[in-house]
Amino acid sequence: MKGCVKFMSKYDEYEVIMGLEVHAELSTKTKIYCGCSTEFGADPNTHCCPICTGMPGVLPVLNKKVVEYAVKMGLATNCEIAKFSKQDRKNYFYPDLPKAYQTSQYDLPLCEHGYVEFMVGDTLKRVGITRIHIEEDAGKLIHDPYTGDTLVDFNRCGVPLIEIVSEPDIHSADEAIGYMQTLKSILEYLEICDCKMQEGSLRCDVNLSVRKKGETKFGTRTETKNLNSFKAIARSIEFEIKRQIDELEAGGEIYQETRRWDDDKGIGYAMRSKEDAHDYRYFPEPDLAPIVLSDEYVNNLKVNLPEMPVARKTRYINEFNLPEYDAEQITNSKYMADFFEKATAVCNNPKLVSNWIMSDISRILNEQEITITEAKFTAEQLGELISLIEKNVISSAIAKKVFEDMAVSGKNPKVIVEEKGLVQVTDEGAIREIVQKVLELNPQSVEDYLAGKEKAMGFLVGQTMKESRGKANPGIVNKLLKEELEKLK
Amino acid sequence: MYEKYTMHEIANKIKEKEVSIKEVLEDVYARIDEVEPKVEAFVSLTREYAYNRAEELQKKLDAGEDIGALGGVPVAIKDNMCMKDTNTTCSSKMLENFVSPYDATVVKKLEQAGAIIIGKTNMDEFAMGSSTATSAFKNTKNPWNLECVPGGSSGGSAAAVASNMGYASLGSDTGGSIRQPAAYCGLVGLKPTYGLVSRFGLVAFGSSLDQIGPFTKNVYDSALMMNVLAGHDEMDTTSVEYTVPDYTKSVGDDVKGLKVGVPTSFFKEGLPEESLQIFNNSVEVLKKLGCEIVEVNLDYAKYALPTYYIIATAEASSNLARYDGIKYGYRAKDFEDLQDIYAKSRTEGFGEEVKRRIMLGTYVLSSGYYDAYYKRAGQVRSLIVNDFKKAFETVDVIALPTTTGAAFKFGEKQSNPIEMYLEDIFTVPVNVAGVPAISIQGGLDKNNMPIGLQFIANNFEEEKLFKVASAYENATDFHKAQANI
Repeated sequence: MKGCVKFMSKYDEYEVIMGLEVHAELSTKTKIYCGCSTEFGADPNTHCCPICTGMPGVLPVLNKKVVEYAVKMGLATNCEIAKFSKQDRKNYFYPDLPKAYQTSQYDLPLCEHGYVEFMVGDTLKRVGITRIHIEEDAGKLIHDPYTGDTLVDFNRCGVPLIEIVSEPDIHSADEAIGYMQTLKSILEYLEICDCKMQEGSLRCDVNLSVRKKGETKFGTRTETKNLNSFKAIARSIEFEIKRQIDELEAGGEIYQETRRWDDDKGIGYAMRSKEDAHDYRYFPEPDLAPIVLSDEYVNNLKVNLPEMPVARKTRYINEFNLPEYDAEQITNSKYMADFFEKATAVCNNPKLVSNWIMSDISRILNEQEITITEAKFTAEQLGELISLIEKNVISSAIAKKVFEDMAVSGKNPKVIVEEKGLVQVTDEGAIREIVQKVLELNPQSVEDYLAGKEKAMGFLVGQTMKESRGKANPGIVNKLLKEELEKLK
Repeated sequence: MYEKYTMHEIANKIKEKEVSIKEVLEDVYARIDEVEPKVEAFVSLTREYAYNRAEELQKKLDAGEDIGALGGVPVAIKDNMCMKDTNTTCSSKMLENFVSPYDATVVKKLEQAGAIIIGKTNMDEFAMGSSTATSAFKNTKNPWNLECVPGGSSGGSAAAVASNMGYASLGSDTGGSIRQPAAYCGLVGLKPTYGLVSRFGLVAFGSSLDQIGPFTKNVYDSALMMNVLAGHDEMDTTSVEYTVPDYTKSVGDDVKGLKVGVPTSFFKEGLPEESLQIFNNSVEVLKKLGCEIVEVNLDYAKYALPTYYIIATAEASSNLARYDGIKYGYRAKDFEDLQDIYAKSRTEGFGEEVKRRIMLGTYVLSSGYYDAYYKRAGQVRSLIVNDFKKAFETVDVIALPTTTGAAFKFGEKQSNPIEMYLEDIFTVPVNVAGVPAISIQGGLDKNNMPIGLQFIANNFEEEKLFKVASAYENATDFHKAQANI
């Protein structure tokens, strides 16, 4: 046990400092500098043209939507929007980069000096946004394990990206996840990124260093690149913190390097050291004019920004009387919040919709490993289901069964209720018959009840419900049981 | 047979059906068959395409349709302009087998105007040079004297028109690559205002300097060509939204009272006596025409050459990085790994001059050197822009020799790159400033070789260039002298 205490304290002596570079693919219809489609998953090299494949003599034409989307993100993250910015070339050789330079922004990005706020546990956390700039994505290398060949798919070349660079304000994996979730949520609300991390449309690089608490100088940082799930972000951070502290505690040294995270193995590797780092030879892109934005343009985007997560959460608390926790959970995802509002519009019972989302729906989405947009059932169907409960057509217990069906079949709740004959029995005569049968079959419980053991009542209700295959109206069951037991007194 | 005609003259003869398009085309190809073995102006010929076009255009003409300002006129284009399904080599081994999948905007514009592209002309590799001798394929000769270079980098385009292999041609001018060969070959060569002609489909060398322009036998044809080439292109966002005037209307305008600036302090030093004499004679001609000659200062123009060689090579090092042996172009046969593909393909695929400039450009952009070179060059560039701006507050055009002398012989100036770079001293300030300039035949030297006279105007004032150049042309006989080949 002593060893364990010592082990814990070693890590507690250190402070972790992180900055995240988040890349989000913008969901414009066409690429940043040509008219090719940005659609994911097409056959290799079907969404490309001379421009995005860097043929001799071609020139880029900036897609104005890209600027619009980036400015929206800047406004939603409290950034200053540059009235004058420019694009630059970042030069390096790699087969997925057909021009051998990436058009990006170097010293004059579109957005600077912003921040986002979010809750970590009970604490409000603020993380500064250093900058947001626009750039183009590269293609994809595909390694053929059979022939050993490497092939290039240029479909992703020129898909627009924004890179969101944070200040070194992040000190734990939890904060990093909170920050990522906040950005994801804002991107969703703005409808500028589909945020499908598994498809790489939202990914991040983590710059991380550690130092002894009280130390003012930063430690040497490493950069772990291309993390594309929350799990990978959290695990790679934990791994890297431990690695750096262990290294330092063992008298070793941290090298400035770029690292790769293998999520299957749960291990990070050094990819290249600072010495091998590229000299990108940035210089202004002579083929593109500077981006000049008028006050009017920026203001127009600002006043037309959609409702952001924080505002929506507050509205849910005020308008729908949702508990703060529920409101926060639901509004984290725009799609879930939209789902909530649609369902509420049908059944007019926000609290019940919220309960369903927080429990059964969350569970089923987790089980099926999908998001709400991919679910078989619709918000309208959930609304109907809740209406059926409220109108006493079915009981809550039956509703759960109907929901399980909906989640798999996508059928309307009414159809399921009818098909399976699940309509609630409210006929007192029919229920009384069942009640009498139950009392006959459970003399011990009757005796216990009559002897003053109130608990026996619960058992008898359960038996009656079971006998009615859940269809009996629980209120009537309670009432009739009491009546019948009274008679036996 | 028809070579005595200028571009607009042959266009009219075709329109009037005095001659068929096919006859004109056959005549040009016959001339090419005869002269090309001596001059070697072309990298490739597009006979099949040209004859198909001729037939198509003739049908339209016979049906009474308008076939455009250049209807049926055979023209050549420099081999750094992309033409669909046709080789675009930039006279480099690197792109020897590259077939363009698309048309440059200027190619489309020529086609829309009815011109027939007869072939693609030789050039300095990737337009880097002043003699066309850095071509990986052949040495183009000066039609006036086959022992001399035609100038560069658009030497093939100049030599083709000067030896009547085509009525006009297109070149590209990054630091003088149209005006210097025009001067050496006794032609009219125009470098338009940066942004006036679309660069889409022009294989980039120095993106902020490159402009496409025409070679013609006279000023009127140059103006007519610009009617076709100029104008905004949505594929090139550096091309400017500009209402293009009819440039031919400026040709022949009176120049009485036109203020012509002469920056004596800039060119006097290092200009040989004979060239100075010829230039002074030109100034006398302008005076007689009623022009007012004004001394102007271009204080920073002397820094244009180093500024140019930093900016142009920096941009080139990035522009030429795509030739890496991966997707198209030359790939080395034996390689160990990815780095090896890059290193070997580029070592084997590029010539010496191109490699020199890529290394220079890479160096000036490198971290630690950027501020001292590229950034500083950008600052000096602003000063040069201001120099011209100031000058054009007081004068309409500036007159300047195009080169220090007539075409030099093969082998001269080729041992020392700096000496070759100095060839551009009077032409590069124009590209650095972005302003337009025209080179016309100013006179002949003692060997009867043409000497160029350059006029520079403010941005988008090409009309003034055509005005003063045509006045000079009308007042002198130099342009009537032709290469004897």
